[in-house]
Amino acid sequence: MKRPISFDLNGRRVTLDADDGRTVLWVLRTDFALTGTKYGCGEGVCGACTVTVDGKAVRSCLIHLKDIERRRVLTIEGLAHNGELHPLQQAFLEHGAFQCGYCTSGMLLSAAAFLREIPNPSREAIVSHMERNLCRCGAHQRIVAAIESAARRMSGPS
Amino acid sequence: MVGGGIVVFVSLGPTALFAQEGANRLFVYPKDYNAYLVIGKNGRVAVFSGKIEMGQGVLTSQAQMVAEELGVSLASIDMVLGDTDKCPADMGTFGSLTTRMFGPVLRAAAAQARVELVALAAQKLRAAPDSLLVEHGTVFVAGQPRRRVSYGELSRGAKIVRTVQSDAILRSASEFQVMGASPRRLDGLEKVTGAAKYAADIRVPGMLYARLLRPPTHGATLLQLDTSGVEHLPGITLINHGDLVAVLHTDPEAAEDALGRIKTLWQGSATKVDPESIHERLVSQAATLKTLAKRGNVAAVRSNVKHVFEATYKKGYLAHAALEPHAAIAQIREGRATVWASTQTPFPTRDKIAKALGWDPMQVRVITPFVGGGFGGKSADGQAIEAARLAQITGKPVQVAWSRSEEFFNDTFDPASVVKIVSGIETSGRIALWDSVVYSAGERGAVACYDIPNVLFRSSGGASYGPPGPQASLHPFATGPWRAPGANMNVFAIESQIDMMASAVDEDPLAFRLRNLNDPRMRRVLQAAADAFGWQPAAAPSKRGVGMACNIDAGTYVATMAEIKVDAASGRVQVIRMVCAQDMGIVVNPEGARMQIEGGITMGLGYTLAEELRFLGGDILDRNFGTYEIPRFSWVPRIDAVFVKNDDLAPQGGGEPPITTTGAVIANAIFDATGARLYRLPMTADRVRLAIAALSADCSKSFSTPA
Repeated sequence: MKRPISFDLNGRRVTLDADDGRTVLWVLRTDFALTGTKYGCGEGVCGACTVTVDGKAVRSCLIHLKDIERRRVLTIEGLAHNGELHPLQQAFLEHGAFQCGYCTSGMLLSAAAFLREIPNPSREAIVSHMERNLCRCGAHQRIVAAIESAARRMSGPS
Repeated sequence: MVGGGIVVFVSLGPTALFAQEGANRLFVYPKDYNAYLVIGKNGRVAVFSGKIEMGQGVLTSQAQMVAEELGVSLASIDMVLGDTDKCPADMGTFGSLTTRMFGPVLRAAAAQARVELVALAAQKLRAAPDSLLVEHGTVFVAGQPRRRVSYGELSRGAKIVRTVQSDAILRSASEFQVMGASPRRLDGLEKVTGAAKYAADIRVPGMLYARLLRPPTHGATLLQLDTSGVEHLPGITLINHGDLVAVLHTDPEAAEDALGRIKTLWQGSATKVDPESIHERLVSQAATLKTLAKRGNVAAVRSNVKHVFEATYKKGYLAHAALEPHAAIAQIREGRATVWASTQTPFPTRDKIAKALGWDPMQVRVITPFVGGGFGGKSADGQAIEAARLAQITGKPVQVAWSRSEEFFNDTFDPASVVKIVSGIETSGRIALWDSVVYSAGERGAVACYDIPNVLFRSSGGASYGPPGPQASLHPFATGPWRAPGANMNVFAIESQIDMMASAVDEDPLAFRLRNLNDPRMRRVLQAAADAFGWQPAAAPSKRGVGMACNIDAGTYVATMAEIKVDAASGRVQVIRMVCAQDMGIVVNPEGARMQIEGGITMGLGYTLAEELRFLGGDILDRNFGTYEIPRFSWVPRIDAVFVKNDDLAPQGGGEPPITTTGAVIANAIFDATGARLYRLPMTADRVRLAIAALSADCSKSFSTPA
C-alpha cells in the first residue's frame, strides 16, 4: 500500500511516500542513492545487505518499508560520526580486513551490532557470529583480528 | 632487466601464452611514458593503467611502483584504472600478470619520466644532472636544497618531451623506499565507508533498471512468449528483440515483478549429463591429445620399474561466485556509448560492445569502477553487452545487474576434469617414470616440477578465455578461467601421486620430494615452509594429519603445509593451520602479498572441501549460496605466509600461486590423518567418511604393483 512512511535514516528523520511493501535494500540504493549497502544474493544468505534497525543487524534484502516504520536505520554511510571513523572501520583499515570490499559494508554493520550486544567477545564468539556473512576473497582472518582489535579499543582501557 | 641492468624500453605485447579469444587486435603497450602518467601543475600525478582493482591490491601496488621510480610520494598519486578513453590499451587483468608483465612497463615509464624531468631541472637550475637529487616530486641540487624546482613547475601539466638519449635504469631492491613496503591500501577508506563505487552503484539521470528473460536451462529453445501481462503495466518498458527480451523500469523491484509476469514455454535440450557421468564423457570425447613434455621412454621403462602407481583423479565444475554479481550501466549520448561495467577486461569489453552495436570501438568508452571479485569470471562481459544494446534500443541509460540466480546460471564455470597418471619409482625412491594425461583442466600446472628421466605429459582441452570454443560440445554450459585455471586440479593430481609414492616406500613426504628435485629455488621454498611449520619427518600415514604440496605458478615457487583434524564419523575436515612459503622474486607490497596468500588459500578451501556445481544437462541446479557452499569464517585456519627473499628476480605472480596447492595439501593431510586417499575434488564430508569406511572394509588394499 502506498503511503508516507517515516523512519530515522543515519540520524536523520526521513519520510518516503511509497509502497510499504518495497524491499528496504532497493529503497536505500535507489530512492536514497545510498549505494554502500550491497546486493549479494537477495535471499538473506550472504549478508552483504546488512544494515542495523534499532541497533540489531538485519538483512535489508529481506525486510520491507513497513518493517522499518518509525525505527532507527543505520547503513554503512552512517557508521562514521562527524567525519570520525567508527573504531571498527579504523580497525578494518589497520588490519587490511578487506580485498574487493564488496562484503565489507555488511561485515562492518554485522560486527557493529554484535559488539553492541557482546562488547568483549571471544574469538570463537566472533567467528560464530560472523559465520553468517560471506566473503569470497578470503579476508576472514583479518576481519576477525580487526573485530577483536576494535572490541578492545571500544571497551576502553582495562 | 631489473637492478643493475639498463632497461630497454620495448613494447611488450602478449605472447601466445596470453592470447585472448575474439580479440582481433593485439594489445601492445605504448612506448611513450606520457601515456602512463601526467603531472599536474599542482604536483599531483595522475597514473593511467588498463588494469583494474578487484581486491587483489593492484591499485596500491601500481601506485607504489610509480612512486618509487618517479620519486614522488604515494599520497600525490591519483590512479585512473580501466578507463578505455584514458588508459593504455590492455588485454585485461588476469593470469597474475599485472605485476609481472605490466609492472616493468609502468616502472620503465615512470623511470624515464624521472630522467627527463631531472634533465629539465638541470637546465632550469643551471646545474649538472648528476648533481641533482629527487625527493617527493621535487628536484634539488645536492647540498643546496634552496636550489630546487618541483615536478609540477617543470611539467606545467603538459606532456614531457623526450630529450634524453639513454633509457632509464630501474631502481634496485636495495634502493627501494616505497616498493617493498606495505603502505595502507589506497582504496581502504572508500571501501570501509561505503563510498567505493561498483558498477551497480553508478547512477545516471533518467536511468532504467532492466531485467532480462533467461532460459530455464542452457540449450533450451523458446517456443512461446506471452508478454500481455506486462504490456500495460505503468512505467514498464518492454523490449522484445528476439534474442533480447527485457523489462525496464525506474524501480528495480517493479522490473523484477514485471519479469515474473511474462509467460513462456520452453523446450529443454536433450543433454542429460550430470556430475557423475561427466567424467566418462570428458575422457571418451576428448580431442586429440597434445604433448606438453616428453623425455626418455615411458613405455620402455614401465615394465622395468620396481613400483608402478596408477590413479585417476576427478573434479567437478566450479562457480566463481564473486560476491558482486555482474553489473553494467550504459549511456548513449551524441553517438558515443559510455558503459560502466564490472569487468576484468575493459578493452575487450569495449570491442565486444562496439561489435554488438555495429559501431567502431572508438565510439565506445568502458569505465571500470571497483570490481567486487573477479577470479577469472568477469571477462565474458555478457551484462555489459546487454546494457549497451538496451540503451541503444530504448534511448535511455540502462542498468543490467544480474541477480544471484543469473550470476550462477550465466557463469563461465571452471571445467570438470579428469587426470590419469601412471608413475613409477625405483627402490631408491627416485621417480623413474611419469605418464599423465589431463582431460579438460588445461595445461597450467600440468607438467610436474620434479626431476624425472622418463616423462610424457599430455593434455586435451581446457577452459577458454571467453565464450565456449571448439570444446563447447564437451560441456553442457559455458566454461572459462577460474583462479589459476586448471592448476588447482593438476596440482591436486600430481602432488597426491607424489605423496602416494612417498608413502609406498615409507618415506617422509618432504624427504621424498627433495630426493626428486634439484631445483635450488624449490628446495629453498620447501625448506622455508618446513622451518616455519615445524615439519617433523615421518612417513604417511602418521595419524598426525599433516600434509604438504608444492608448485610453480606464474613464475612463483610455492610450498604449503597444513595440519588438519578429521572427524571419522562425519568425515568433516577442520584445517587447523597452514604455512605457505613463496619465492615470488621482489615483493612489491609484502602485506598485499600476504593477503593474496590468505585469500587464495581460503578460497581454495572451497574447491577442496565443498564446491561442486550440481547440474543436469544444461540445467544449473545451484542458483544461490544456500546450496553452493563457499568457505565461511569457521573453516578458516591460521594461515602464516613466509617469503623467501629473492631480490635478484623481478616481481612474479601473486594472485594465483597460493590457491594452487590447497587441494593437494589437504588431500595429503587427510591421507596422513586417516590412511584414506581421496582421488576426487571436492573432498566433502560424505566422501571422506566413505573413504575412511572403505579402508576398514578392505584392509588388504594395495596400490603398489610390483613389476
